[in-house]
Amino acid sequence: MKRRYMGRDKLYTLKKDFPTDIDFDDAAENPSLIIRSLPYFPKIMHSLNTQHKFDMLSNITAVDYDDYFEVVYDLTSRINSEELMVKVPLAKASPALETMTALWPEADFHEREQYDLMGIIFLHHPNLQRILLPDDFIGYPLQKSYRQAEKEGENG
Amino acid sequence: MIKTETYQLSMGPVHPSTHGVLQVLLTLDGEKVVDSVPCMGYLHRGIEKLMEARTYFQCLPYTDRLDYVSAMNNNFSYCHAVEKLAAIDIPEKAQYLRVIMAELNRIASHMIFIGSLAVDIGATTGMIYPFRDRERILDIFNELCGARMTYSYIRIGGVRSDLSSAIVDMINKFLADLPSMLDEYNNLLTGNEIFQHRLKGTSLLSGEQARRLGITGPMLRASGIDYDLRKDNTYSSYDNFEFSVPLGKNGDNWDRYIVRVKEISESAKIIRQALDGIPDGQITAKVPKVLRPPKGEIYDTTEGPRGEVGYHIVSDGSAKPYRIHIRRPSFINLQALNILCKGYLVGDVVVAMSTIDPILGEVDC
Repeated sequence: MKRRYMGRDKLYTLKKDFPTDIDFDDAAENPSLIIRSLPYFPKIMHSLNTQHKFDMLSNITAVDYDDYFEVVYDLTSRINSEELMVKVPLAKASPALETMTALWPEADFHEREQYDLMGIIFLHHPNLQRILLPDDFIGYPLQKSYRQAEKEGENG
Repeated sequence: MIKTETYQLSMGPVHPSTHGVLQVLLTLDGEKVVDSVPCMGYLHRGIEKLMEARTYFQCLPYTDRLDYVSAMNNNFSYCHAVEKLAAIDIPEKAQYLRVIMAELNRIASHMIFIGSLAVDIGATTGMIYPFRDRERILDIFNELCGARMTYSYIRIGGVRSDLSSAIVDMINKFLADLPSMLDEYNNLLTGNEIFQHRLKGTSLLSGEQARRLGITGPMLRASGIDYDLRKDNTYSSYDNFEFSVPLGKNGDNWDRYIVRVKEISESAKIIRQALDGIPDGQITAKVPKVLRPPKGEIYDTTEGPRGEVGYHIVSDGSAKPYRIHIRRPSFINLQALNILCKGYLVGDVVVAMSTIDPILGEVDC
């Protein structure tokens, strides 16, 4: 069996439910869902979790673009054998959005890792602390602006 | 009046077996575990950041160093994702060679699991045999690509080299000897009463808990959930082969052990079929010397020995990836540690840690 990308009809249904808050590139083969409105973000994710049966949040990552951050959620539905990529652009000045730990408890470590390395704040996360780097580390190394100390011994 | 209070104990950062450097912060009430928190990062090398400064080909050796006891599976996963991103078609023969090596490495990895579980429980003799047999697989890989652990054999576009007749003989001989090896483990460990006593009914993880925590791989299947990407999102040439997916019932340490032992035989079945059916043809596709995948983003997953290995790659159209994020199954599976340890004794923590089977190179990335 091969997993499919979420069908266009379902994407249109979602767009109907949240007309101004979501977007997708109609020309793309497998369009990712772009969420433009942060207040509606938890609601949309809830609908994906319950109504569209995405029972697995396989991966969370964050990308540092020139003028914004983007948090990307890779969702999998083991029930419908579907997958979907959800993107949430965030302003550089305040990269913060709601945690997904209530809907998918597995998001815990994923979110902590993105906080640790990219500096994304996940609001209402039960334990948002550094996970790989030492607690007293300064900076977020996966941001493009981060520069490693040039001489040895100056790291951290 | 006598009163009791909980206290904290730090287990590690040096783990007595081969898993790597993990620290577990335990809160104890007497000898009972109240809370356990895994503290990782001791092996963090910043591989994701390093990859951003390298070309797609140069990134490959880093994937060897993630899960270093199953490097083939990591090479496989990375190459599969890049090929999907760059729309490269792989010759059928290369697909077969990839599957053979990935499954051999899965056997080697599960042998490490059996060995380190034995030593974690205190059965030092039980460790020697799987490690001895795993060496046979490493010899095959050494003959194949000159490395015991860090292969980089599976390349973007195909594989590095064809099988020589000497290697085919080695694999055939290994497959012929495998049943007697498994008998030996079963005599030494599986049938051992003390071993059973330590594993049965301890560190339970229900199917629902495992599903909600994003657990994948043999650990999820031990909890009774049938989810294996080789079947459920079949890739490469896996749909050409007959094999079954072993499942557990209770999700205890015992099931996690048995599922992996059974998986060894299933992997052997796949290797046998693939070895007999290798088609003729090229071993690599035509890949440009400087690979510039089109602008775009991809998330691709394959089934590693520890679960779902995922690569999220963002390409800006240049020869270097703009961003790579790796979903490492061990890292996510460690989220179950607290459930597995809570309410059990300190001695069970070591066993639970062992049946999660984390490889810290992968956890810390």
